[in-house]
Formats: sequence, structure tokens, C-alpha cells
Amino acid sequence: MAQKVVDAVKAKFGDAVVATSSEHGDEVITVKRDKLLAIAAFLKDDPAMSFEVPVFVTAIDLAHWQPLGRRGAPDEGTRPAYDAEASDGLRFEVCYQLRSLKHRHRLRVKVQLKETDTKLPSLTPLWAGFNWQERETFDMYGIRFDGHPDLRRIYLYDEFVGYPLRKDYPKDKRQPLVRRPDLVGDH
Amino acid sequence: MADLKTLVLGKKDIADLDTETEMPHELMTVNMGPSHPAMHGTVRIVLTVDGERIVKGDVQPGYLHRCFEKEAEHATYTQIFPYTDRLNYVSPMINNCGYAMAVEKLLGITHRIPRRAEFIRVIVSEISRVTDHMTCVGASAMELGAFGPFLFLLKAREWLYTLLEEVSGARLTHSYVRVGGVGKDLPAGWLPKLAARLTETEAALAEAEQMLNLNKIFRDRMAGVGALSREDAIAWGQTGPVGRAAGIDYDVRKDHPYSVYPEFEFDVPVGTTGDCYDRYLVRVEEIKQSIRILRQAMAALPDGPVMIDDGHVALPPKAEAYNTIEGMIRHFKHIVDGIKVPAGEAYTFVEGGNGELGFFIVGDGTGRPYKCYVRSPSFVHLSTAEKIFKNHLIADIVPIFGMINMIGGECDK
Amino acid sequence: MLELITSKLEDAANWGRKFSLFSYPFVTACCGMEFMSVAAPKYDIARFGAEFPRFSPRQSDLLMIVGTITEKQGPALRRVWEQMAEPKWVIAFGVCASTGGFYQNYHAMPGADQVVPVDVYIPGCPPRPEQVLDALIMLQDRVQRGDGHSQIRLKREKIMLAAANAEE
Repeated sequence: MAQKVVDAVKAKFGDAVVATSSEHGDEVITVKRDKLLAIAAFLKDDPAMSFEVPVFVTAIDLAHWQPLGRRGAPDEGTRPAYDAEASDGLRFEVCYQLRSLKHRHRLRVKVQLKETDTKLPSLTPLWAGFNWQERETFDMYGIRFDGHPDLRRIYLYDEFVGYPLRKDYPKDKRQPLVRRPDLVGDH
Repeated sequence: MADLKTLVLGKKDIADLDTETEMPHELMTVNMGPSHPAMHGTVRIVLTVDGERIVKGDVQPGYLHRCFEKEAEHATYTQIFPYTDRLNYVSPMINNCGYAMAVEKLLGITHRIPRRAEFIRVIVSEISRVTDHMTCVGASAMELGAFGPFLFLLKAREWLYTLLEEVSGARLTHSYVRVGGVGKDLPAGWLPKLAARLTETEAALAEAEQMLNLNKIFRDRMAGVGALSREDAIAWGQTGPVGRAAGIDYDVRKDHPYSVYPEFEFDVPVGTTGDCYDRYLVRVEEIKQSIRILRQAMAALPDGPVMIDDGHVALPPKAEAYNTIEGMIRHFKHIVDGIKVPAGEAYTFVEGGNGELGFFIVGDGTGRPYKCYVRSPSFVHLSTAEKIFKNHLIADIVPIFGMINMIGGECDK
Repeated sequence: MLELITSKLEDAANWGRKFSLFSYPFVTACCGMEFMSVAAPKYDIARFGAEFPRFSPRQSDLLMIVGTITEKQGPALRRVWEQMAEPKWVIAFGVCASTGGFYQNYHAMPGADQVVPVDVYIPGCPPRPEQVLDALIMLQDRVQRGDGHSQIRLKREKIMLAAANAEE
């Protein structure tokens, strides 16, 4: 059903659409970063699209992406394994999930970002609901959303260094704010 | 003739008093939380107030950020079930089901789940929804001073917890659902017990309703407070009772049907004003509709297996695991390596206690998810709190918060 | 003789304390649901004289840490504990508050005792209400014996003060 949407976006924006796919009932389009705002505005305002509901924003860190097929062989079917040089350093994939209340279709818009340049235009001016979601993505992955009204950490504290959901952040590396003085000293 | 106040206080004092009542027109910053009795879970709000009126409220979640995603990336698909329990700990069964459905979607076995398992999932989910709404209504009423309804609803919740305990073995964090079905069949003689308890629950709910619906204090504190317009609710992505109270006729069970929900008859209550009282009414009506679904599901519960017959997904039967070498190896591989989920990504969403609860899972062909994101309704709802608070009194935060029903574990993940 | 009287007096005071614990529920997470059940009709913590939650740390002498403590939460917990008047006791309710449980990661603290001294740990995720009542009885025994963390500290301070006075 949402194939119609993908076709419309392709027809209107042509080469701004990097890739499209359909996985498990969800249509996914990957778009170029500089066209994201225009495409998003089109998706929101065009009556045939009318994606008025923001669902979620998140990012995928591809740094350790090594897909395995059956019996442990490398998987050829999906996205290839991540290689910093071969893939042009496109390490992050930011996903915006949208839903239309009117047409009951949904779409995932993706933007690929380089490790060295994690900037992206914010979609909060279009969908107010993305405000906290983008903050969360910033907090967890360090993706910077340009034009976000209030981009700061949301789950973690300001003293926290690093972005925990990046694959290179160790799972149990704590950064304590306070500890019992009698445990630290020679009590 | 001097008025009574002057006669009592004297001229000088009244002059002093009058100058004192002239408060300087300055904004004040008030901190609420993170440990505050009216905050379900923990959240901190930094309020800028003009007298009692809220000018700005900076809501800061994250005090219960338990790193669900990071933990999930390091656990096998089966091991994640306990973590999902603790997301929305008031309705764990729904989280279990939503997560299981996401993994099943990636595995491509959605349509091969035994029918009995689907029915059991619906039954436990709806019981969970009832407990969720009861806790929300009861706790909010208690915070507004109505202790009676809280006790009545908690008593009913206790009955349902006992039933869920019989099914799963745990009172609160059930981890009952598995990928491909449910952990075990319903115990013998459980359905009649549930039927009896449902009748009693309805009675307890009716009593609580009687105490609340026409209670002047309760109505005054709820009605007209914290209204959210339909347009705003859509723009902020509101779903569930908060969205429906604002007039969005959206229920995942109806609009994007999953499991066996299309086979049941139930109504989706929709509010008109979007204020706290509407949210309360929507929740109460949803309890009744859930009970309606439960009755239908109990009547139509088919016989059959409760776990998919697929060696790649289901654990081998215990007898086989203990007595045959093949069974034991399979069991071992299953536990240590996890279910092998093909590479790909899937987003599945169910109607959780608070709204659209989604799991976005990226699999990379191993036994552990590459990424497991949860779209938590509480987080989305809480993000509007700032907007709703504006121009309300500090005391109004309590009903607004109660009716947004922010669940710490789900909001902060 | 004087010592005997003061120790008897202390016993009497402890007896009074143990049956009138005013708790401050520092509720953060899932265990809060079970905490509600403990207070609700079926399990009814009121039978042990600890039914009255005070939401001000200054009015309470039992800090119930109910649920996971995270690094962000740590300073708040420490502050609440410091605001409580002596003698005070702490119960870690649930495995998260005791050790961190199965949350061993960058933000969950490995037990609330990293920040405040804990007198009684209740295992379970979440603990059953019966376990909580059991823990409360254990704490009452501890209060009566006078070997809670803060009671020991008070005693030690008293002895040190006496020694310092004697030196002078």
C-alpha cells in the first residue's frame, strides 16, 4: 500500500532517493541529507501522503555490522558488512518512522551519515513530537540535529562523556557522579 | 465607618499587610522531583512560576534509564523477555507480546503461531491492560485525596495478579510469552476462576466509579485541566488513552489489527475535550472493553499446542532434552547461541497500556539483536507534559501527571 | 550502675523506635508496584507499625530504596539520606537496589550501597510482599539490638567524644 508513497517520492525527487526497500511490511526510503527537509515537508503536507503522525526517531550504528546468513556464512542478501573505507565512512543511519492517520500507511525515512560529520537538519519544526526523540538520538548516538530548539542530553547527565549506544562504547563503563565517602576512604 | 478588617487589625497593621501582599512581580524557579510523591517513577521538573501559575516547565526524564537497548544488544533473543517485562511494569504481558511479535516478524513465522497461543496472548494482554488502567486510575485518585478507590482497585488488581501468577509463576514480571508461542499452557481450572474474578472486578470497578465519577473534588480537579487539542495531539504523536481522549480514533488493535483481535467485538472509546477527566473516562471504559474481549476470548479459546512446532525457534521438549543426545545439543545451542534470526529489520507495534508500543529490531543473523529499539508511549506522552502544564497551577501537575500515566521504566527505558 | 540505666533506657527507646518506623519510600521503578501491594489491604504493612509513609526525609527514619538506582539518581538519593535525622535505617528493596541485578551497564548503579549504607537487603525481582514483611521484622530486630549502621556510628561518635573529653 505504501509502495504508492515510495513511487511518488521517487517521481518528485528523483535522485535524492538513494535507495528504497520493503522489509516485513514496512516501506523504507533512504534519502540524501540535503534533501531531507524538502522530502519531509512533502510527506507531511501533500494530501496524498499526509504523514501527520511522528512515530519515532532512532539511529543505527553500523560500525560492527557483519551480517551472517544460514550456517554462519556471511550474508550476501542484505546490506553488506561495514567497512570504514569501502562504505565511504557512512557509519550511522538515522531512521524516521512516520504514519498517516488518514491513509493508514507508514514509511521509514533513512539518512546515512558519515562518522566524521554527524549533522542532520532537525525535523522538529515539522513534527513537534520529534523534539524529545531527536534529543534521545543525540544523547545516545551523538547525532547533531541542526535547527533543533533545545538539543541537550535527555536521559544521561551533562557530565557524561561519550555516546553510550555507539558500538564502541563498552557496555559497563560507568561514569559515577557520587560514591559513599566511607567506601572510597580507608574506613 | 471602618470595615471589620480594619477594626480587628488596626490601621497601621492593615497598611503593613497591604504592602506585604503586593508581591514583587518576579518569576520564581521551583524544583519538583526526582523523588516526589506525585511523580510516578522518577522524573524531575524545573518549573518557572509566576505566583502559582506555571510559565514554563522543563521536564527532565532519565532517572531510571536502565539501558534497555544496550542490554538487549548483549543478550540473546530469549533473554530479552525479562527486560521487556521491566519496561512497562504495570502491564508486562503486553510488552512480552509486542517484543515476541517483532522477533516473529523477522523470522517470518507470524502466521504460523498456534491459534491457542494467540488466544492466550490476547487473554493475558487484556488482563494486563486492566491492571494497568486500574493502577493508573487508582493511583491518580489517591494523589487527589481519594484513598478509598485506590484500595478498591488495588484489591481487584491483586486478584488479577494472583491469576497471572498461576499462569506464569511470577506476580509482576511474568516473562511468560516466548518467541513462537507462550511458555506453558494455562493451568487446569484457570478459566472458570478468571470468569469469576472478572465479575468481581467489574463490581469493584463499579464501586470505584461510584466514588469518583460524581465526586465534586475529583471532578473539579480533573475536568477542564490539562486539555490537549486533537491537532496538537496528532502533531505530538499521542496515542492510547491520551490520544483517544483528545479525539483521535486510533487503536492499534482496530487500525492495524494483529494477532486474533479482528475476531473480537469491542468498541474504542473516544473523548471530546482531551482533558484529564476524559482520559479518566477513556481508561475506565477501556477496562470494560477489555473485560468484554476477555469473555469472548475465553469462550472461543481453541485447543491445541501453545508453541510453534519448529526446531529453530522452540526449545525441545524437556523429556527429549534430558534423554536424547540430539535433544540435549539442540537445547544447549538454543540457550547459548540463541534463536538465529535472519538479517533484516522490522518494526512491530501493539496497543500497549499507554498507547502505541513498538519494537524496532535489527537482526544480523546471529542469536542477538544488532539493535533493539523500543518506541515507548510514555516517553512520547511525557514530552507533551511541558506544553500541557503551561498556564496551569502547580497543584494541577498532579492530575495531569497521573493521567499521562508516565511509567518510569518505559519512559526512560 | 549509671551504665546499666542508660543501656536499659536505650533498649526502651529502641523498642519504641522499632514499632514506629516512619518510612520514606524512595520509589523509582518496578518494585514500586509491589510496594503498593505491601501497603494495600491484603498484605497490610500497617500491622507492623510502619504504614505511614512520610514524603519528607526530615520526618522519616526509614529510607526504603525501592527500585533501580542509576548514576543520575545517585546524588538525589545521597541528599535525601543526608537530610534524614539520626538514627536512620535503610532498606534496599529488590535486587536492583541491592546489587544492580541484571542491569550491569553504564548507567545502572551496582547497588544503592554505593551511595548510602544499607541495613537490610531484600532480594527478588521484585520481592514478594511476604519477603518485604520479613525484611521489616529483621530490621526491627536490628533496631532493637542497636546495630543498625547509624546506631553504630552514633555509639562510636559518643565513645570518641568521651575519649576526647577524657584526654582534655
